[in-house]
Amino acid sequence: MIKLQEEDFSVQAEYDKLRETSSVGALVTFTGLVRDMNQGKTVTSLQLEHYPGMTEKSLAKIVEEAKSRWHITDCTVIHRVGELTLSDQIIFVGVASVHRHDAFAACEFIMDYLKTEAPFWKKESTADKQSYWLDARESDLTALNKWRK
Amino acid sequence: MIKVLFFAQLRDQLATSELHLPSAENHDIETLLKNLKARDKNWQRALSASTVLVAVNQTMCNDNRVLQSGDEVAFFPPVTGG
Repeated sequence: MIKLQEEDFSVQAEYDKLRETSSVGALVTFTGLVRDMNQGKTVTSLQLEHYPGMTEKSLAKIVEEAKSRWHITDCTVIHRVGELTLSDQIIFVGVASVHRHDAFAACEFIMDYLKTEAPFWKKESTADKQSYWLDARESDLTALNKWRK
Repeated sequence: MIKVLFFAQLRDQLATSELHLPSAENHDIETLLKNLKARDKNWQRALSASTVLVAVNQTMCNDNRVLQSGDEVAFFPPVTGG
């Protein structure tokens, strides 16, 4: 399941949905949060923009690719958009599988691809009342390249 | 006609989120970019960044991509979600 939404989500509720299937023996979840410091600046809030239509397509393609590489029983990706404040949840990725290796690898794969291919953009507001668009990180591309070997 | 969209800082720099341009004068991405850059110095500068990404009909592509009437083209900076 892939969802884009402004409202918050419950990790417990999503986790419980993923463990409903009795063949699931491993469940890996990742949650991304708004943190207070980025690129040396004190962050107070975050605005998340996306490209409606392409975002859904792009996330579906990433999940399909993960399913073709690992045995995945079920998978949930939730990405929030709009205005967020400190410690808010931004993203949830949950992967359920029979054994842990598939769940760990697929969860990391989905995050690494999402970071470089899904059309989301963050604009941060800082303590000095400035706001600026985040630059992409070189380390995200490095993380992606390890799956391309 | 071709629909052209701009996102994030690129939209801010250009003060434009959407354009509708005739397909006859923009037969591929390379030509479309050339025409957009010719608008003024600001467009020239913003669209010359090597990091600008392009998608046609919501799938990323390169500058050789041929355009047809009804296509949706989007220009945007590197993504920063997650």
